Amino acid sequence: MNSSEQTAPLLEVRHLSKHFGAVQALNDFSMAVRPGEVVALAGDNGAGKTTLIKAISGVFQPTGGEILLRGQPVTFATPQEAREKGIETIYQDLALADNLSIGANIFLGREPMRKAFGFLPVLDRKAMAVAAKQTMGRLDFHVSRLDAPVSNFSGGQRQAVAIGRAVFWDAQILIMDEPTAALGVPEQRKVISLIHQLKAQGRGVIFISHNLLDIFAVSDRIVVLRRGVQAGERKISETNHDEVVKLMVGG
Amino acid sequence: MTSTSSSETHVAPQADHGDPARSWLARIAEGRAWLFLAALIICFEVWSRLSFGATFVLNPFNVQSIAIFAVAPLLLATGQTFVIISGGIDLSLGFIMGLAAVVAAHATNMAGAAMPVPLAMMLGILAAVIVAGVPGLINGLLISRLRIPPFIGTLGMFGVARGAAFLLAGGTTVPVQNSWFALLGNGRFYGVPYLVIIAAVFVVVMHYILSQTRFGQHNYAIGANVQAASRAGIDIRGHILRLYVLSAMCAGLGGALYAARFTAGAAQAGEPLLLDSVAAVVIGGASLFGGSGTIFGTVAGALVIAVIQYGLVFVNVEPFWQFIAVGLVIIISVLIDQAQRRFSGARQDE
Repeated sequence: MNSSEQTAPLLEVRHLSKHFGAVQALNDFSMAVRPGEVVALAGDNGAGKTTLIKAISGVFQPTGGEILLRGQPVTFATPQEAREKGIETIYQDLALADNLSIGANIFLGREPMRKAFGFLPVLDRKAMAVAAKQTMGRLDFHVSRLDAPVSNFSGGQRQAVAIGRAVFWDAQILIMDEPTAALGVPEQRKVISLIHQLKAQGRGVIFISHNLLDIFAVSDRIVVLRRGVQAGERKISETNHDEVVKLMVGG
Repeated sequence: MTSTSSSETHVAPQADHGDPARSWLARIAEGRAWLFLAALIICFEVWSRLSFGATFVLNPFNVQSIAIFAVAPLLLATGQTFVIISGGIDLSLGFIMGLAAVVAAHATNMAGAAMPVPLAMMLGILAAVIVAGVPGLINGLLISRLRIPPFIGTLGMFGVARGAAFLLAGGTTVPVQNSWFALLGNGRFYGVPYLVIIAAVFVVVMHYILSQTRFGQHNYAIGANVQAASRAGIDIRGHILRLYVLSAMCAGLGGALYAARFTAGAAQAGEPLLLDSVAAVVIGGASLFGGSGTIFGTVAGALVIAVIQYGLVFVNVEPFWQFIAVGLVIIISVLIDQAQRRFSGARQDE
């Protein structure tokens, strides 16, 4: 874990600002994520967490500051551009088409085609199913029926599908917005261990949560936001719940 | 902390185990339109034999008539299937079909003065399909660019297409003077009407588009979760635009075939067929909330309606009973769908 101090950051945010009219949602904010590192973003509602991740994922452009990907400054006009550069956002409301299979969800918008009878282009459902099985296997998630629509699966399993899609397309940075919020306790555990898997694979994870237990279970560092500014940054091993709460509420 | 605890994540899918009762019910719900169809045919067969001592379904004339009867509503309903799966609805299809029928008649007649008969027929059909695409394009622009709800946008186009069709027809029906066109509408190939052959080929092509192409796949995704589709990088606006052009062109072909069958174009050709098209899609198993439905389900739905309408006439029941029968089938169909959803919806995590 200490070695992560020396490795170059995957993603770095420098002096990022975003205002909506007179409202300063994010002000001179800086942070970095290294490979294999899970950085938790904490803060009260309206602290600027969502603004930050939307700026990083290309939903809107920051008013000031810069985003660096492996040391290179980048700008994203659309979330699509951010995704192509390897930044994937996994929203809490599960961005899946419930009526489609795991494979179809993984490939949604980029479906593989094959030629039937040597000339007729058709969806390659077999390739999608195989990729789905492999990808979910990499997350240690084993499904028996790959043709079932994802509506048949539980919330945690669907969360795994969303993560699986990001992994399949080789996202290097996963931004997870409250991935455990809508889940029961056993399902939350599964998502936490999925994050451990991503970490072991050397990906960077930005993990947003209200749940300090989850944050302490999975993160390497925690960055606290308050009213759009960075209120503090701590290594998880060197802090505790009380200190984090104080940073959040500004005690 | 960096070590992973893989044993925790072995996840047994909760709802996809082979619960026999569930999959049995799901299968019935999926194929309910075909079950309706079989039940209706048996019912009319028994009725016909008991009352008249005559067969209903083994009479090839009846089968042909039902098939021809089903063609125009089916063409509207295939387009409607795409639209309803996407979570929308197209109310303008009936009068787009009427407009196309009038255009087909005029264009065939005009072209007939300048070129050989078969070519004039082809041009007439082509003109009908292309002209039908124009209100579809406007529908698509209204819905995708100006964010008008499909119900309202296509209701507006319902009126516009209606007016345009009657104006173009001069308030009357436009007879077609083209022998090939008449043959297309009434001729048979080894006993199978050309219209039915065209419709069958068309249905297979549409099934291919819906089930085997990206366009079809995206259509399902948009109907289930438009945000997810958008985040996955699908061009929603472009898709919606193409979708409404496609459904309008289906109605355009329906109008051209109508003009062929009656050797005349009439503005009101598709008026009673619009709601039949929606009914066929719903009976065929699609949800009006979007995200589900198949072309072959819709085929069964259209045949159910055609069998009810033709069968009741055949057994000599007052025609008004048709409306009641079709209405009941729609309600029963939706009830089955909801029961099945509630049953399989038990997996919800909350």
